[in-house]
Amino acid sequence: MSAPVEDIDGAKTADAGLAVTRRQFIAGGGALVLSFSLAARALAQDKSESGGDTKPADGKASALPGSLKKTPELDAWIRIDANGAATVFTGKAELGQGIRTALLQVAAEQLCVDWNRIGIVTADTERTANEGYTAGSHSMQDSGTAILHAAAQVRELLVGLAATQWNLPAAQLVAQHGEVRAPDGKRIGYGALVSGQNLHVSAAPTSRLIDPKTHAYMGKPVPRVDIPAKVSGGAAYVQDMRLPGMVHGRVLRPPSRGAQLVSLDSAPASRLPGVLKVVRDGSFVAVIAAKEFQAIVAVDALRRAAKWTDGPALPAQQNIYATLRALPSEDETISDIRNDGGTGVRTVNATYHRPYQMHSSIGPSCAVAWLQGDKMTVWSHGQGAFPLRKAISDLLQFPPERVHVIHTEGSGCYGHNAADDAGGDAALLARALPGRPVRVQWMRVDEHTSEPYGPAMISQARATLAADGSVAEWQYEVWSNTHSTRPGSAGDLAAGPTLATPFTPSKPQKIPQPEGGGDRNSVPLYKFRNSKVVHHFIPAMPLRVSAMRGLGAYMNIFSLESFMDEMATAAGADPVEFRLRHMEDKRAREVIQAAAARFGWSAYQQARGRGRGFAFARYKNLGAYLALAMEVEVDHESGRIRVLRVNAAVDSGEAVNPDGIRNQVEGGVVQSLSWTMFEAVRFAGTRILSRDWSSYPILRFGDAPGRIDIQVMERPGQPFLGTGEASQGPTAACLANAVADATGVRMRELPLSPARMKAAIGV
Amino acid sequence: MITLNVNGRDHQVDADPATPLLYVLRDELQLNGAKYGCGMGQCGACTVMVDGAAVFSCLTPVSLLPGRRIKTVEGLGSAEKPGVVQRAFIEEQAAQCGYCIAGMVMRAQALLEQNPSPTPTQVRDAMSPNLCRCGTHMRILRAVDRAADAIKSAGVDLKEAGNVRTG
Amino acid sequence: MPFPLLSPRSKLGRAGLRTAAFAFGCAALVASVPGCAAPGAEGAHVTPVSPLSIDDALVRKGATLAAIGNCASCHTAEHGKSYAGGRPLATPFGTIYATNITPDPETGIGRYSSADFLRAMHEGIARDGRHLYPVFPYDHFALATPADVQAIYAFLMTRAPVQVQVPRNHLPFPVSVRGSVALWNALYLKDGVLQPVPGQSAQWNRGAYLAEALAHCSACHTPRNLLGAEKKALPYAGGEADGWHPPALNRSSAAPTPWTSEQVYTYLRRGSEDAHGLAGGPMAEVVSNLSRVPDDDVRAIAVYIASLSAQPAPIAKARAAEGSSGDAQTVARGQVIYAGACASCHDGGRRGNGALDLSLSTAVAMPTPANLVQIVRNGLTPAAGERGAWMPAFGAAITDAQLADLAAYLREHFAGKPAWKDVAGAAKKVREEQAKLSQASAR
Repeated sequence: MSAPVEDIDGAKTADAGLAVTRRQFIAGGGALVLSFSLAARALAQDKSESGGDTKPADGKASALPGSLKKTPELDAWIRIDANGAATVFTGKAELGQGIRTALLQVAAEQLCVDWNRIGIVTADTERTANEGYTAGSHSMQDSGTAILHAAAQVRELLVGLAATQWNLPAAQLVAQHGEVRAPDGKRIGYGALVSGQNLHVSAAPTSRLIDPKTHAYMGKPVPRVDIPAKVSGGAAYVQDMRLPGMVHGRVLRPPSRGAQLVSLDSAPASRLPGVLKVVRDGSFVAVIAAKEFQAIVAVDALRRAAKWTDGPALPAQQNIYATLRALPSEDETISDIRNDGGTGVRTVNATYHRPYQMHSSIGPSCAVAWLQGDKMTVWSHGQGAFPLRKAISDLLQFPPERVHVIHTEGSGCYGHNAADDAGGDAALLARALPGRPVRVQWMRVDEHTSEPYGPAMISQARATLAADGSVAEWQYEVWSNTHSTRPGSAGDLAAGPTLATPFTPSKPQKIPQPEGGGDRNSVPLYKFRNSKVVHHFIPAMPLRVSAMRGLGAYMNIFSLESFMDEMATAAGADPVEFRLRHMEDKRAREVIQAAAARFGWSAYQQARGRGRGFAFARYKNLGAYLALAMEVEVDHESGRIRVLRVNAAVDSGEAVNPDGIRNQVEGGVVQSLSWTMFEAVRFAGTRILSRDWSSYPILRFGDAPGRIDIQVMERPGQPFLGTGEASQGPTAACLANAVADATGVRMRELPLSPARMKAAIGV
Repeated sequence: MITLNVNGRDHQVDADPATPLLYVLRDELQLNGAKYGCGMGQCGACTVMVDGAAVFSCLTPVSLLPGRRIKTVEGLGSAEKPGVVQRAFIEEQAAQCGYCIAGMVMRAQALLEQNPSPTPTQVRDAMSPNLCRCGTHMRILRAVDRAADAIKSAGVDLKEAGNVRTG
Repeated sequence: MPFPLLSPRSKLGRAGLRTAAFAFGCAALVASVPGCAAPGAEGAHVTPVSPLSIDDALVRKGATLAAIGNCASCHTAEHGKSYAGGRPLATPFGTIYATNITPDPETGIGRYSSADFLRAMHEGIARDGRHLYPVFPYDHFALATPADVQAIYAFLMTRAPVQVQVPRNHLPFPVSVRGSVALWNALYLKDGVLQPVPGQSAQWNRGAYLAEALAHCSACHTPRNLLGAEKKALPYAGGEADGWHPPALNRSSAAPTPWTSEQVYTYLRRGSEDAHGLAGGPMAEVVSNLSRVPDDDVRAIAVYIASLSAQPAPIAKARAAEGSSGDAQTVARGQVIYAGACASCHDGGRRGNGALDLSLSTAVAMPTPANLVQIVRNGLTPAAGERGAWMPAFGAAITDAQLADLAAYLREHFAGKPAWKDVAGAAKKVREEQAKLSQASAR
């Protein structure tokens, strides 16, 4: 099903070693049961996946599926109340990808409870398992899989309890609508069954899953549970929180990264209506006011009164790729396949470029923090509640148990944006005003200029065709900064390095293969006789960068799939046929063929100014398979690209919510079109010039495609494959390929802006 | 004190008259629909209606609004009883993160009150002040079409239908 | 005098049509009959040039000149194909639709020979001998060298042909009679390619040529007489276009600080300039077209335009739009509007993307509220997907009377000038004109 709209990271796993027992087992009384505790476990440096607790506690390989590896206790995932209501606990967060609905579908299906009798609790450092970051299209693979099995096993336990109670063989009993029923019509509700029972048991490696043929929820386009509130003004977001006595903070961000505050006369701002406090700690300056607009007016006054040093100079934008290439890199050959010498007849070279691009969520980042006694509670829409708790406990010098982070939905994030930073800001302000909840939202210019961007990247491809028209030799190299500077420590929060006693950002790290960071999807899934892939990891970061939806996969798939078309052209082959010629993976072939068929590839008639393109990738070479074809029209006079139609096919394994998958893929296609047609962060001197939507334009309705059609492959019973980021890379390449077909011009530098297109196609 | 008519009801509001409507709706009237997105009229997340037209509430000081009719997404219906346009958005599942959606609903409502059967180009033009970052555009366009169809087939006057008094 | 060789002739600008109605009326009475053709009637029926035979360098040159000439602005309809015409130009007595100038033989200029095209550009006569309405500024293009016109021809003939019939003009008799234009031509159209001015630099002369013969800057920036012709005595003293006031560029400029050529260059390149303001309305399209023009030419135009304000020039009489100071209550109400609607960008301690310090604004300082009303009501946004100055539209939020309050505050506080008279009336007029234009577009 639809996976997180996010990316990954690894490296900095949170405080997995903490022994935290949140809800003790409660028996008797009301009969609520399933308690849960997170046992003390070794602090494993988990570099894989989403960085969550997915490694077994003992560090040994575990047969348990998904996140059960790390958190095997069933009651960490499923709880049944005395009244029979069920609650699902996930360490993943709703980021707008519809994960709450999908996980509820899985749990309701396997528990055999009704839709209106089940609820969900998402990432909360005191209530849920630590599943690290909601990133890397991992939510269904990790949490969905854990909940699938936990729910099935809880159901079987309940059936077993009834069997014992009635002294009947379990095989004769069925679970339905939240009760267990016997052949003679006897029935007992789950609530009654759990009364006085200890279900704090570890999961088994295998489960009896409900037969997909009888599914009531899984595989159905169940309407998302969160949408009605979102269209009617319900309190849906952290931005909407209103706690008793809540006040509003605004932070005065430095005009450029690394700028130091020289002087500040805060008196005029302090005298403004509603201002409660001006907070200053080194170069961290903020104001707290009774009402939100008062805080905004006051921070503007502070801005006018503040004098700063300039931060370090940024590289010249026009030389950015040369600048990055000239920086020291750690070089790693991540794939090297040698079969034969392969006599090539024709060699093709290409170099591709991707600029810095930004998440730029529509809702600037926000958090609410409240210091009550010695306990700091932070409501944040960051992707990792547990890692954020660690960063904030560092920042405040509080022990972790005095910090409680609760994920609360926010505007879409698309990766590591400023959400965590806002959480740090709110915690600092709440510490300065004990007892009052403080809501902090970033201003638009701050979000644009201070969030961590998706890194600029360079790639080079070189391949040789054999006489038979196949690829004899394939070489690919990619240069990139890290794709994760997520807060593991206080120095990774925007405020951290600005304090009087500054925190240092963590050392940038690679995310290793097979998922990879800058090298994600750099290894082709195609079978070439000889191939070599090199990752040049550049530790020094001229601009603040981090994870953005798809990480390196966006650029690498753009490069690989553009280059496949260039090779097909060199071979005189049809692009779809050329791909199939080199593809052995059956599921990959099926999505390629499905997308081509839906598009009508073989019968295509080209009209003047129009062209078609194709692209394919399996996200991370581990997640969803996705292929798409599109038709574009390029206006010769303006260079503007119009996407007429898109046909995609996606294989996400078992599709828990096919409409959710379609929504994610549609969204990914449109967002990637925006990146690919319009987006590049601009900078000069010490400043970021992309300050808002006028200086960093993104796609508006006029440039949305004419139509997008998505086929979701039916794979009942297959493991879930993350889908949330699967369309970013293929869409970029597909567009460039279609543009090449329409104009004869091959675009290898992103974005394909009207001005750049016009310059390329000439008068 | 300023008197504002929001969703058909008068409210006495104690706010600086320069305060943009957005903050009065959120802080004084506890209405969540209008969202802060940019404060510059570039994204439309704050869109509400004033006298039947879509406006950016983040840039509309309340001093402009006495005697005028303000409508927010809360005035169109509720999660339980959604209005025509809201229902169309739910039926099309036209949201991802949803932060922009209340503004989209209001922009669409304003369009359809003025022009109940817009052409596809008119819909795109009318919606273009509003940004969505999740890429929900295709569903939003379909939701507007669906709402227009619903209005046609039911013969409802959108200006009157399902208005909910809030506050 | 900005340019001594300027002929006393006029383009019948979009807004100039109001006054030109009178001229048409006279002409019709005196001379014209429906179908009356110009002398020379039908073109020579020379086979038009084949696109393949056209030299690439000539096409590139033509692309630049066409961009400077702003051809695409009028000859492209909203959502329409480039150069395929159909854009409605609203006038007080009807609507003129720009023609299709793609090389489609049926509906465009596909059958034009290069000589036909030159006659159209220099004399305002179509291939079939009909007079073109002077909303097409052939009085300026007449100053262009035949070689440059040839290059524009090469450019247009290599565009993709678009078969699209533009809507019929909706003009009442006698304006509908094209022959009436002959009289106007006799009065205002003169022969002669623009010649360089000795003593001026080559760059200045290049700029002068481009501005006068192609860009037709003065068509909008010069006031017009009762016959709709540019007033010879008041070149660049400020005019009218599409309901905007193209400001004076001569010494009577209201800009609080004088323009340098570097600032004009920045303005033409970026569409905004921090010490003066941003390009709105028709000027935004000019800037958009100039993005295709090499730096040298834009700099040359900037040098020439900046020189206008340094030369002695007669000052146009104040338009009498200025009244007395706003009363204190009006100004106070305006101040509140400014604080809530404008200050966050214009005064928040971090300007950018065109958010101007309004004490530098030409629109606030100029003698008419036209531009302020336009920009506050309608805003200003770059083309989709492109960067540019941004001003949101307040038309739906602000009433005409409230706009007058705001204007009074801005005039007093930022320009130190008396309030304009009847801003509310100006706002009402803008609303009405817009309603008309959107009706025409919907045809």
